[in-house]
Amino acid sequence: MALAKRIIPCLDVDNGRVVKGVNFVDIRDAGDPVEIAMRYNEQGADEVCFLDITASHEGRETTVHTVEQIAEHVFIPLTVGGGIRSIEDIRTMLNAGADKVSINTAAIHNPELVRESAQRFGSQCIVVAIDAKRVDDVDGLPRWDIFTHGGRKPTGINAVEWAVKMADLGAGEILLTSMDRDGTRNGFELGVTRAITDAVEIPVIASGGVGTLDHLVDGVILGGADAVLAASIFHFGEYSVPQAKAYMAEHGIEVRR
Amino acid sequence: MSGIVAVIDYGMGNLHSVASALQHVGADEVLVTNDADLIRKADRVVFPGVGAIRDCLSEIRRLKCDELLAQALTEQHIPVLAICVGLQAMMTRSQENAGVECLNMIPGEVRFFGNPLKDAQGQRLKVPHMGWNEVHQHTDHPLWAGIPDMSRFYFVHSYYVHAQDRGLLAGSVDYGVSADAALARDNLFAVQFHPEKSAVAGLTLLKNFLEWNGQC
Repeated sequence: MALAKRIIPCLDVDNGRVVKGVNFVDIRDAGDPVEIAMRYNEQGADEVCFLDITASHEGRETTVHTVEQIAEHVFIPLTVGGGIRSIEDIRTMLNAGADKVSINTAAIHNPELVRESAQRFGSQCIVVAIDAKRVDDVDGLPRWDIFTHGGRKPTGINAVEWAVKMADLGAGEILLTSMDRDGTRNGFELGVTRAITDAVEIPVIASGGVGTLDHLVDGVILGGADAVLAASIFHFGEYSVPQAKAYMAEHGIEVRR
Repeated sequence: MSGIVAVIDYGMGNLHSVASALQHVGADEVLVTNDADLIRKADRVVFPGVGAIRDCLSEIRRLKCDELLAQALTEQHIPVLAICVGLQAMMTRSQENAGVECLNMIPGEVRFFGNPLKDAQGQRLKVPHMGWNEVHQHTDHPLWAGIPDMSRFYFVHSYYVHAQDRGLLAGSVDYGVSADAALARDNLFAVQFHPEKSAVAGLTLLKNFLEWNGQC
């Protein structure tokens, strides 16, 4: 009897359509974000995450409109991320109906944005997204650094230290994506997941690499994640959210049903 | 008939979700407003809240939303639903932001969950308390109608309410401590969780609120 571990389907949205790439390259069209979000809501998803990968300015306006529509029809928490750079961007998304906003690259360029936005809007709505890639130390010890630009650009920042710093600045949650695993369906990178969940007091969402229901179980039990995020296993109908929850419950994980 | 539902707007964050959830469960008319005249015409009032409590309270006081709330509670005697920071703002004081004097409409405190926080088995608990947790119903209040005891609602908070008068307790949640999840007094029902984000259980509670005559 405790807080349930959350299952969060993620919609990667480009110009108003849900897409999901394999290592961000092969992009498949998975449909209308509002319809898909409503379907997950009906299936009993605990939250929905909306990741905007649209590059253009016009596309950004489409995103705001889509978020408004989702918020009108979906009565579970909605996190919006992608291209959030300023207090104004955060305000726009919260006003459109997002419950939380996820900040990624902008936090690296300007960590103060995390502090300011947490003070202004409350930590509960500030999620810091970390894209980590295994680099390893010269002596072979495991180490994960933060990469930007879809995993192409190294920053030299240690992901675990960064997570601690973000929590200190007021982030309410960490969304951790393994760039080595994202889109591979080989499961979460459990080492970095465990290292970060042990290092911070705030909840951690594991993301990147889910291909089977066992991966979700591993993320919680071995990785220590408070929530697990997945995209493709749900979008293309391989598994439903209730199936995922039933499987997690069979493995002793507390879920909402 | 729900009549007019006024959602008191003091400019802190998104009231969209509350308004659309109320519409979704059949509210006749939802007004998001801080206009005293409009609120005087309302048949029920929602007092929401999101964000840091010091900023919320300064806007509540600046826009005289505390007077509107008091008016709805004690002059209009209409049903009032307070949500999350709305509930916290009504308490006597909060430990948030290095200590803040609140509206003292419900005697009691808003306390930090503690750090480190542990459950009964000694397992570490994350703060904020974020996610779906079970609410233990303490009374047979009309707002719980059709909602099974121990249903899960969506919470997101680092500070929790402890009312002085334990007779007000309508629901509690266990998270390292026993936190007040719902308080009921006359025509007021106040919840720590977010019914507008709590799927079927939350929507049922909102529907019950629209049908509530304001009596326990």
